[in-house]
Amino acid sequence: MGHDAQETDAAAAVDFKEVQSTEQFKELRKRHRSFVFPMSIAFLLWYFAYVLLADYAVEFMSTKVWGNINIGLILGLLQFVSTFAITGWYVSYSNRKLDPIASEIRHGIEGHEFDKHGNPVGGAAK
Amino acid sequence: MTLMVPAVNVAALKDTTLLNMAIFALFVAVTMVIVFRASRNNKTAADYYAAGRSFTGSQNGTAIAGDYLSAASFLGITGAIAINGYDGFMYSIGFLVAWLVALLLVAELLRNTGKFTMADVLSFRLKQRPVRIAAAISTLAVCFFYLLAQMAGAGSLISLLLGISDWGGQALVIIVVGVLMIMYVLIGGMKGTTWVQIIKAMLLIAGAAVMTFWVLAIYGFNLSDLLGGAVETAKNPAVLNPGLQYGKSDTSKLDFMSLGLALVLGTAALPHVLMRFYTVPTAKEARKSVVWSIWLIGIFYLFTLVLGYGAAALVGADTIKSAPGGVNSAAPLLAFHLGGPLLLGFISAVAFATILAVVAGLTITAAASFAHDIYANVLAKGKADADTEVKVARRTVVVIGLLAIAGGIFANGQNVAFLVALAFAVAASANLPTILYSLFWRRFTTQGAVWSMYGGLSAAIILIALSPVVSGAKTSMIPGANFAVFPLSNPGIVSIPLAFFLGWLGTVLDKRKEDATKQAEMEVRSLTGVGAEKATNH
Repeated sequence: MGHDAQETDAAAAVDFKEVQSTEQFKELRKRHRSFVFPMSIAFLLWYFAYVLLADYAVEFMSTKVWGNINIGLILGLLQFVSTFAITGWYVSYSNRKLDPIASEIRHGIEGHEFDKHGNPVGGAAK
Repeated sequence: MTLMVPAVNVAALKDTTLLNMAIFALFVAVTMVIVFRASRNNKTAADYYAAGRSFTGSQNGTAIAGDYLSAASFLGITGAIAINGYDGFMYSIGFLVAWLVALLLVAELLRNTGKFTMADVLSFRLKQRPVRIAAAISTLAVCFFYLLAQMAGAGSLISLLLGISDWGGQALVIIVVGVLMIMYVLIGGMKGTTWVQIIKAMLLIAGAAVMTFWVLAIYGFNLSDLLGGAVETAKNPAVLNPGLQYGKSDTSKLDFMSLGLALVLGTAALPHVLMRFYTVPTAKEARKSVVWSIWLIGIFYLFTLVLGYGAAALVGADTIKSAPGGVNSAAPLLAFHLGGPLLLGFISAVAFATILAVVAGLTITAAASFAHDIYANVLAKGKADADTEVKVARRTVVVIGLLAIAGGIFANGQNVAFLVALAFAVAASANLPTILYSLFWRRFTTQGAVWSMYGGLSAAIILIALSPVVSGAKTSMIPGANFAVFPLSNPGIVSIPLAFFLGWLGTVLDKRKEDATKQAEMEVRSLTGVGAEKATNH
């Protein structure tokens, strides 16, 4: 497949270490991580809190709230709601905070276009 | 709300066999035509493995839902809720929340750095050979477990539809399913497979929506009354509470935790799901695919809650358990109760299509991993041309297809959702630590990757082999023997933390440093999409 060879070409053409050390890239990385890490911890904690309750607090979860609908079912359905909400939140965050800066960096280093295999072509155009 | 106790006459199902087969044949005919049309543009490896990266986010999202909503989700979860009540609902929640891991941490970064397989990403900045081989082995292992589960589902469905558990008859139908699947994948490649999954996802969600609406209509669109109906038929109010299946002892409670962990961490490490992200042109489309699939999958799981309790109320756990196919027959029996032979025929055909599509997706993933990772990059040392690689992939498809047929014939009547949960545990143990470390931890090294992957994979598989799943209990695969020294039926709670630990340990003990330039390249590419694989134009 020439997989290795082409990556070496691309790496030689673009100084990724230099890009990595630019303020702009550091800002992108910071924005990405400052969203996805806390959010991942939050939803995992909420999920495991739910699993632990279902596992060890059966009495509490079985408390009826309305008709036959108990706390366990409500918390379970809230897991659906929070999943949908985090999905929407992440998409809007990416569109506003991540995509513009990512494409700016991309256009900055892709003065030379990449062909479909990821090889830089026509390196002169800047 | 009092309803007559429903009598589902299992023997009457036999009369509908012809109708079922006719509906199924129609589905096969339509999809075959589409697969043939799709195959015309299969020229390069990128076409065969990644459908030319030309699907849109919404198409791919629907296909992911088609891939993910396997027989486990439909037959398995509905059955688990119908029999065990609330504890079955747990599967839906774990299977859904897991998508956030894929959305936030994996999908886009993977799309930006990889080419065809999971191993492309894992070996990006580490030593190619050892990491690729390890990733390919774990891909094949996960696909095998998943295939086994799907084939067990096929077996259940067949025994229900034919009303018999005749070994020869079942084997014959499994062979037919297997041969069809091989044809889809051989001819259509990823593009054909994707279209089959899209069609199947729409049929499955539509079928489930109709049944959900129907069940709710019977109970005046009052969820509380539906739950009341389930309690009444089961004569046990505990079906609404957690703990019916897993609350029996301290061991089973721990097992529940283990299951929960495997479910939520497994999805983002499933090779056949990861491979789907390569079928779209950009990372942004990959994100859009995940959003689509989260919505479709979430809504579908809400349906299964109604269907599961609906089956518990209208069919009854005892009838389901004694039907051929056991737990997995809840959804088809509910369809029969609601809409008679015609709805049963439709739902069964959809379930068959589900199995067919998922098995096709697994097969192409396993074949791509073998041909691209092991053959092209390791055996041929990257010198094989694309044509030979695709040829090897096609041959692998046939081999895997035959293995799946054999596995299906011997797979027993275990709950499909449960078997799939084992595949999730293996994936989360073998793959997830290395995926996350290599994307986010700069210092991570080859030794860490290899220790984590082999350690996680072997821990998960050995613990399953020593668990009550395989021996020592009435429902075991080998009921006669007893070497179950590990008490939990899901290994996740031990093997997943162990794999994370081994990845860390292997790295800190590694005297070699990895190439900082490659690390920089991977980080920049993963976040910005510089030099990412583009769509092919036809």
